[in-house]
Amino acid sequence: WLVLAIAMVRFYMEKGTHRGLYKSIQKTLKFFQTFALLEIVHCLIGIVPTSVLVTGVQVSSRIFMVWLITHSIKPIQNEESVVLFLVSWTVTEITRYSFYTFSLLDHLPYFIKWARYNFFIILYPVGVAGELLTIYAALPYVKKTGMFSIRLPNKYNVSFDYYYFLLITMASYIPLFPQLYFHMLRQRRKVLHGEVIVEKDD
Amino acid sequence: MKHYEVEILDAKTREKLCFLDKVEPQATIAEIKNLFTKTQGKSLKDEDVLQKLPVGTTATLYFRDLGAQISWVTVFLTEYAGPLFIYLLFYFRVPFIYGHKYDFTSSRHTVVHLACTCHSLHYVKRLLETLFVHRFSHGTMPLRNIFKNCTYYWGFAAWMAYYINHPLYTPPTYGAQQVKLALAIFVICQLGNFSIHMALRDLRPAGSKTRKIPYPTKNPFTWLFLLVSCPNYTYEVGSWIGFAIMTQCLPVALFSLVGFTQMTIWAKGKHRSYLKEFRDYPPLRMPIIPFLL
Repeated sequence: WLVLAIAMVRFYMEKGTHRGLYKSIQKTLKFFQTFALLEIVHCLIGIVPTSVLVTGVQVSSRIFMVWLITHSIKPIQNEESVVLFLVSWTVTEITRYSFYTFSLLDHLPYFIKWARYNFFIILYPVGVAGELLTIYAALPYVKKTGMFSIRLPNKYNVSFDYYYFLLITMASYIPLFPQLYFHMLRQRRKVLHGEVIVEKDD
Repeated sequence: MKHYEVEILDAKTREKLCFLDKVEPQATIAEIKNLFTKTQGKSLKDEDVLQKLPVGTTATLYFRDLGAQISWVTVFLTEYAGPLFIYLLFYFRVPFIYGHKYDFTSSRHTVVHLACTCHSLHYVKRLLETLFVHRFSHGTMPLRNIFKNCTYYWGFAAWMAYYINHPLYTPPTYGAQQVKLALAIFVICQLGNFSIHMALRDLRPAGSKTRKIPYPTKNPFTWLFLLVSCPNYTYEVGSWIGFAIMTQCLPVALFSLVGFTQMTIWAKGKHRSYLKEFRDYPPLRMPIIPFLL
């Protein structure tokens, strides 16, 4: 992700524009983001204590953005919103992985812990905004081309409309984002301020 | 006569909820439960007798609030009545589902009418079984289950019914042969499923909650008990596979798959509790699929 960050900064410094940025870093992005699937495996086999479901949702949404939106819908690759979420993801991941690495080495500098539990306050909404704006920009192209859709009639009597699927996905951010955001806020209070949060027991 | 002192505490806060002085040794838990009691860990049953419990002369019982409850019968009736009604809405092509030129029209494919009959009879069977056949171990389940279960049943019913009754529906590739074979599978499995429900009912006298090992009876459909702990689930999966082949509709196949996954989890649980409770449980039996699963 550091590689990505440096590549993006260099590109902007050389070209002075964000156009073409995606094209230049796409291979690196796809490589590293797809590898994040391993994180789900780590939860499945138990070497990481996080829930498979939470990790699954987070990684899936990233894979979805990278492969099913930005990779597949070429016209939106130069949108500003793409840079928005790319920057947000890059900073988040660098912080997160540094946090894990130093924790494993038992040598966690406080500022990394501080960064991990504070940066998200800005980065998370920024990233979500970038993602939503990108999907929104993609909608007209999806509708026009009917991509990824199955129409009736067909042998298996099923249909799928990618356009409506995207609309529903965008709507799902409304309940999901606050839940994840408040979860991080609660974690932050626990870790940084040692507050004991009483969880509702079902 | 020696009486017991029974102290009832809240399971979470350890607060004293109730102190019973002079409880008869012969008092059943059902009687004490009138003041709401349950132990931590495994919960006591209404039929337990105080004297037989592993306690000294002072018994401490813990109360755990299970939250809002709803009866199993209510949940079953609601979750099964939905699909019955919803499918028919699509079958009769009620307005605002398909284009207006199709309102109240009828499909020209025989298989569509057959599918409606099968689907409807299936849920009528389930409703009747709920009212007259099943003997439930538990009276109630958590209230939020009704929302979860109804969403699942009603949602899938609508999704399947939409495609099967669609004006652009495509009948099965192999025509009447495929439909006949699928219908045979469906009917056999429905009869099988019903036979198992009846056999299980006969294991347990009315109003009781006894548990016994089920065995094959004279009815050939019950011979599946030789190979499987929960043949009712086996037959149920079979029915839906039959329906999927009959309609050649992918949403039906997906519904069968999800149902199969859930029933496998239940079958494995049931199988495990049979093994735990009965030393002499037949070793050849698998939970849901003979020899495999």
